[in-house]
Amino acid sequence: MGDAFARVPALAAQHLLLAMCALVLALGVALPLGWWSARRPRVARVTLGFASLVQTIPSLALLALFYPVLLWVSGVVGGGVPALGFLPALLALTLYALLPIIRNLVTGLTGIDPAVLEAADGVGMTPAQKLRLVEIPLVLPVAMAGIRTAAVWTIGAATLSTTVGQPSLGDLIFAGLQTQAWTLVIAGCVSAAALALGVDALLGLAEHGARTQRGWLTWGAVVALAAATVVASTPLWARGGDRVVVIGAKNFSEQYILARLIGDRLTRAGYTVQYRDGLGSAVAFGAVAGGEIDAYVDYAGTIWAGEMKRADVPPRDVQVRAITEWARAKRGVGLVGSLGFENAYAFAMRGDDARRRGIASLADLAAASPQLKLGADLEFLDRAEWAAIRRAYPMRFAAATPYSPTFMYRALESGRADVISAFSSDGRIAADRLVTLTDPRRAIPGYDAILLVAPKRTKDQRFLAALRPLVGRINVAAMREANYMVDRDANKATPEAAARWLAAKVGL
Amino acid sequence: MTFERVTKRYADGTVAVDAVSCEIAAGSFVALVGASGSGKSTLLKTVNRLVPPSDGRVLIDGADVSEGPAWQVRRRIGYVFQNVGLFPHLSVAENIALPLKLERRADPARVDALLDTVELPRALGRRMPAELSGGQRQRVGVARALATDPGLLLMDEPFGALDPVTRDALGQAIARLQRERGLTVLMVTHDMAEALLDATRVLVMENGRIAADTSPAALMRGEGGDTAQGLVAVPRAQAERIAALATGGLH
Repeated sequence: MGDAFARVPALAAQHLLLAMCALVLALGVALPLGWWSARRPRVARVTLGFASLVQTIPSLALLALFYPVLLWVSGVVGGGVPALGFLPALLALTLYALLPIIRNLVTGLTGIDPAVLEAADGVGMTPAQKLRLVEIPLVLPVAMAGIRTAAVWTIGAATLSTTVGQPSLGDLIFAGLQTQAWTLVIAGCVSAAALALGVDALLGLAEHGARTQRGWLTWGAVVALAAATVVASTPLWARGGDRVVVIGAKNFSEQYILARLIGDRLTRAGYTVQYRDGLGSAVAFGAVAGGEIDAYVDYAGTIWAGEMKRADVPPRDVQVRAITEWARAKRGVGLVGSLGFENAYAFAMRGDDARRRGIASLADLAAASPQLKLGADLEFLDRAEWAAIRRAYPMRFAAATPYSPTFMYRALESGRADVISAFSSDGRIAADRLVTLTDPRRAIPGYDAILLVAPKRTKDQRFLAALRPLVGRINVAAMREANYMVDRDANKATPEAAARWLAAKVGL
Repeated sequence: MTFERVTKRYADGTVAVDAVSCEIAAGSFVALVGASGSGKSTLLKTVNRLVPPSDGRVLIDGADVSEGPAWQVRRRIGYVFQNVGLFPHLSVAENIALPLKLERRADPARVDALLDTVELPRALGRRMPAELSGGQRQRVGVARALATDPGLLLMDEPFGALDPVTRDALGQAIARLQRERGLTVLMVTHDMAEALLDATRVLVMENGRIAADTSPAALMRGEGGDTAQGLVAVPRAQAERIAALATGGLH
């Protein structure tokens, strides 16, 4: 439990900074827009319609959508716009915060008795006096309710910014969900909730001060919020320079472990290491190419099918050489080498069930597929590999359901799925007595774990020297065992501990 | 005060006020009467620029009201209207003092004097508008309109929402104030009895034009034309029926 909470202060600071920046930006956009909308019903229809539409987009998807949008913008302006990290998170959260602010402002302003406004004109108020003496005081309670709602939403939704590479309390939640470390999940949730309640309470205090004409209370609360945000941002000022490196990890245990393994080596080489955990598979390569992360581990087949759009299946060494060439020529990304094991997509079934049904290969599976339920990880059904497999082995399952990796194994165990898109380096395959099916028509490409570094690190000799010993060092048995230490239900290890164990095991 | 061919035409082509010209002497109490939609309220609002005329102009003491910022004109004119429009977040005293505050000459003694003028207890100053009765609210509205001691008071159906007793009392109070202070009052009303009893001059409006411009006494003598006499007939007939009731004539 102590371990889980140790990471909270740094992440809470980043979380608060992000949420407050989004809230301030949203206020800057929503207040004038709401003001304008309250006077023009036609404008109100457009602004409220747009803000409502944004709300209907799931926040996770909204965050993810900014990645291609910003990539495109970056391309149009000739580069330099970061597509991952703070910027997409800020923009998505800002859009998300617009609706409650605009709607409450419009409701508040249109709710003011017209007679009161006529009286304000009648006694000879200037437009500025009318605003200050009549409209703002009357609209304040309703508008503040909207701002407080927006603040709570923003702080809650900021946990999702983890998926676009912006550190937040979501790092704890996502890592905890993937490794079933529930104390991490609780630490993340409780901290985010405490942050939301704290900000809401301060905003409530500011409102109370304004309503009871106690200016010191309002200003005190506003200053406290601003001060907390500034304090939260101080670690970022110190940041920067070549000595700070960011290691990326996708959202499963092996990635967390390997990121720590890499990070430990770089720490010993004198670098200050930060982690971006829980990156979506599709954004990770873009992140290293854009320099938002300095290094991460990907799998040959993912780059091959997903980035290079190749459908052929060459021998593994040929494939890795082709990827090395392509990554350097097209994206400037350096490939340090293969780590020595493969983490391929491997269709897995319960051993007894596979024997009873007489299924040993993907060809057998295709024949039996109408009676079977497929469980897949969250992205598998949309990946190029799945299309290639179905071309080679025409199959149609009775049902195909996506799960997060942990729950996918649970689904197979409980019988809710008969076959899953497992990973060959997963320790649970042996532990759960699963069998993996063979691929006689060679539809699945090789998935050698490969270590990729950002363009700016391809000339950093100290950096590369720290990483080279990893090449060819990690065998699949060691990786499975390390993965299982994190994934098992009892006596779980943290990714940090598993990384230290793995380093010792392979003699690093 | 002078109206010079004042016209108000709306974007949809309807003409609310049609080239009205007339002079109003300082110190007179003028009632603007007419049916709903006759343009009386619109004409009144051209004076303090709540409605800008499409054509023509309004002069006060020879100066065109459309010159300079609207708020400057409005601060010299008291304005009372049916819905009162007290500021709900301010106390009665703060409401009354607001016009003074805008002019940066706040004076607590002035608020008490104004409460006296409109015959409200001084203790009411601490109350909020929501705690008052309709009649009290309208008295506060009058006090607010008089705060800066304007020479001209515009009243747009000021007592329309009040019960008859309160209405009569307030009407008499305004008439007395007008006489005592030499105020110029322009009051829109649809109640001919109110106009006859309080005003010194009655303008009857019909379809955006002035159909009759005469004194209450002349109206009672049957002058002013059909429209005006049609309006006068109502209170007169009511009075006769009531009188008959008293002598038992109807039974």
